[in-house]
Amino acid sequence: MKRVISANQSVSYAVLSAKAQVIAAYPITPQSSIVEMLANFCSTGQLHAKFINVESEHSAMAACISASVVGARTFTATSSQGLALMHELLHYASGLRLPIVMANVNRALGSPFNLKADLSDSLSQRDTGWLQFYCESGQEVFDTIIQAYRISEQILLPVMVNLEGFILSHTYEAVDIPDQVQINRFLPPPAPRDCLDVENPCLFGGTTDFYINFRYKMHQEMEKAKAFCQECDSEFQKTFGRSYGLTQSYLCEDADMILVTAGTIAGTCRVVADQYRKRGLKVGVLRVRLFRPFPSEWICKALQHAKKVAVIDRDFSPGCGGIFAQEIKSALQGTRVSLPVYEFIAGLGGKDVTDEDIGGVVEQTNQTPEPGGVTWIGLLK
Amino acid sequence: MDRTTKMKFPIPEDELLYSGHTACPGCGAVLALKYVLKGLGPRTMIVIPPSCAGTISAPFPFSSLKIPVLRIPFETTAISASGIRAALDVMGKKDIHVLAWAGDGGTYDIGLQALSAAAERNDNIIYVCYDNEAYMNTGIQRSSSTPEGTWTTTTPSPYLKDTPKKDIVRIMAAHKIPYIATASIGYPPDLIKKVEKAKQKVGTKFILIFSPCPTGWRYSSELTIKVAKLATETGIFPLYEVEHGEKYYLGKKRPEKPLKEYFSLQGRFRTMKEEDLRRVEEKVRKEQEYLGRMAG
Amino acid sequence: MKKRYSVKSLEEMPITAISFSTTEGNETGEWRSQRPLLDSEKCNQCGLCWMYCPDNAILPEKDSFQISYTYCKGCGICAKECPKGAILLVKEKR
Repeated sequence: MKRVISANQSVSYAVLSAKAQVIAAYPITPQSSIVEMLANFCSTGQLHAKFINVESEHSAMAACISASVVGARTFTATSSQGLALMHELLHYASGLRLPIVMANVNRALGSPFNLKADLSDSLSQRDTGWLQFYCESGQEVFDTIIQAYRISEQILLPVMVNLEGFILSHTYEAVDIPDQVQINRFLPPPAPRDCLDVENPCLFGGTTDFYINFRYKMHQEMEKAKAFCQECDSEFQKTFGRSYGLTQSYLCEDADMILVTAGTIAGTCRVVADQYRKRGLKVGVLRVRLFRPFPSEWICKALQHAKKVAVIDRDFSPGCGGIFAQEIKSALQGTRVSLPVYEFIAGLGGKDVTDEDIGGVVEQTNQTPEPGGVTWIGLLK
Repeated sequence: MDRTTKMKFPIPEDELLYSGHTACPGCGAVLALKYVLKGLGPRTMIVIPPSCAGTISAPFPFSSLKIPVLRIPFETTAISASGIRAALDVMGKKDIHVLAWAGDGGTYDIGLQALSAAAERNDNIIYVCYDNEAYMNTGIQRSSSTPEGTWTTTTPSPYLKDTPKKDIVRIMAAHKIPYIATASIGYPPDLIKKVEKAKQKVGTKFILIFSPCPTGWRYSSELTIKVAKLATETGIFPLYEVEHGEKYYLGKKRPEKPLKEYFSLQGRFRTMKEEDLRRVEEKVRKEQEYLGRMAG
Repeated sequence: MKKRYSVKSLEEMPITAISFSTTEGNETGEWRSQRPLLDSEKCNQCGLCWMYCPDNAILPEKDSFQISYTYCKGCGICAKECPKGAILLVKEKR
């Protein structure tokens, strides 16, 4: 059935549909309404889950980890500072190969203090062994969380579903929530795996010099995960009639210039691409949806005919530049070294990225013969 | 085990700890673990942070425990136990005991926040702190459980620890949890009785176990039990129970031996002077008075 | 414990550090520099040595106890706590 809900509420409905069993909750703007709604579902009995009100995000992830090692389906949600606080535990969760799903509402990391959309929080966690999806709509958020449970329980790696603070989390749209029978068909109860079990005791998480071998096994799984995520998305299409892909191309096949970005900026880019097409400039838009594992092959394929690429990062790695830009340049290294990549940083701390801003990106990319470092959009004069 | 024997064992016979573990000879911490596991039985799951117990639990691919073990990050002992409890409850396995097992470093210091939170939620777990009064696994560094005037590697003479041992029992009592007990490896039957009492109760149970460490306290390994007993016999570590933060039950042992007997056995108190002994005597007297009042 | 994993090859390893063997293969008796000797004539079967051994290296045997020299680390607690002085510590010969 269709409900007019915020993307945060989409998360809660998805976790309800997925029948999570243990939920750890700690408030942080702009995520809090996710756990508030889940608290409601639990208290009315709609969701048969244990809801633990923890005292910090660090404990929230610790609770998910230990509950998951017993075999329960778990969930938590956080943002920026909270995500940063649970950093060591993100490594722990992926190292223990646990199918935990977490919603991260992207928010800028202080200092200075800022509550609004910025992808640097989750991108800073790119080395923790979690899969990462970046969503563009409330519908996609709902769908991706359902997919995330299926993916994580199959490959035994945790999945982080990202949505931008306020721009997505607090805006309302009509979201189709499929009936539970369909959801159950797509997402069965978790398959048995090695767990804490008094009938079969073992010790999880011991010290080991075989460490490199476990890291290699994680690497192998991450490589297989790309194809698996694609497959899962295709299955989703068959069951629900919707899919998103690992990347989403818009008018890329014949584009001379392709704008590459993640999240809601992609929507604005498409509007601007249409405007420029009318003026005779063939612009396309590539939205990166799966960031970890990085879908290099998919991206290189989408960019194969482009003459220029402009990457718009709503994130920043000091001393380096935009994180998506680095990853894309890296991916192109193998196939199209000569494709010029123009780097732009915009929208940090929730700064609005307007169609004029994107127009500026197109103009600059079009007129400048060669990329020259990172261009920052929206600064004071 | 030969069942034709006439022997009566002072505590339950079955072992839930394998031999071959790498605890120091004469280790008090592993004795605490041995006794608590006997009290809880095989339908128990344990979480262990980095600690002596973590090392004793053995490296991959071995385990020295007969029950399921999860090794967890340092701060998270209490919440990891709560997470297991939540999962077991939602999966309908409510008869399995969940044991949070941390040392003094992991309880009084880095783990205190999570412990306080679990106690406030009254999560149905048994939290045991085995207290060897320093971060022993990392090489005898001071913790907030280290007594005043003690040598450790981070409080070397003349900069011995100059603040008193944190009173974790008072802190836990303030949370009004159903059951708190102090116990000692010097008195295993008493310890196990307290574990058996704790496992009957629902809610957060906290047991503090006095666990002497020959390596860190600087005494010869055969004295572990003697040192443990002396702590109680001199009033340094009184044995008592607290229910709901209000009802106090004192153990029968009252201080009867001079403090010097306890301190003189341990190299970590080598530089202790007469005035320090007087100070401790005064403390012990005050504590006995306080406990007497609380027990009514 | 489960024995379907091994550390012989990448294929046979579990996906994370799940321990599937016990420490019984670790003969901590090698650590000893002194050895306890139990005189069963003096022993009154009180069981205190069995109770206080940190390594479970004193095992009930018929009407008395037997010290397992495979695991005994020679800490000396048993000798110290024996109320009958039935355990004597001697230097370990190597």
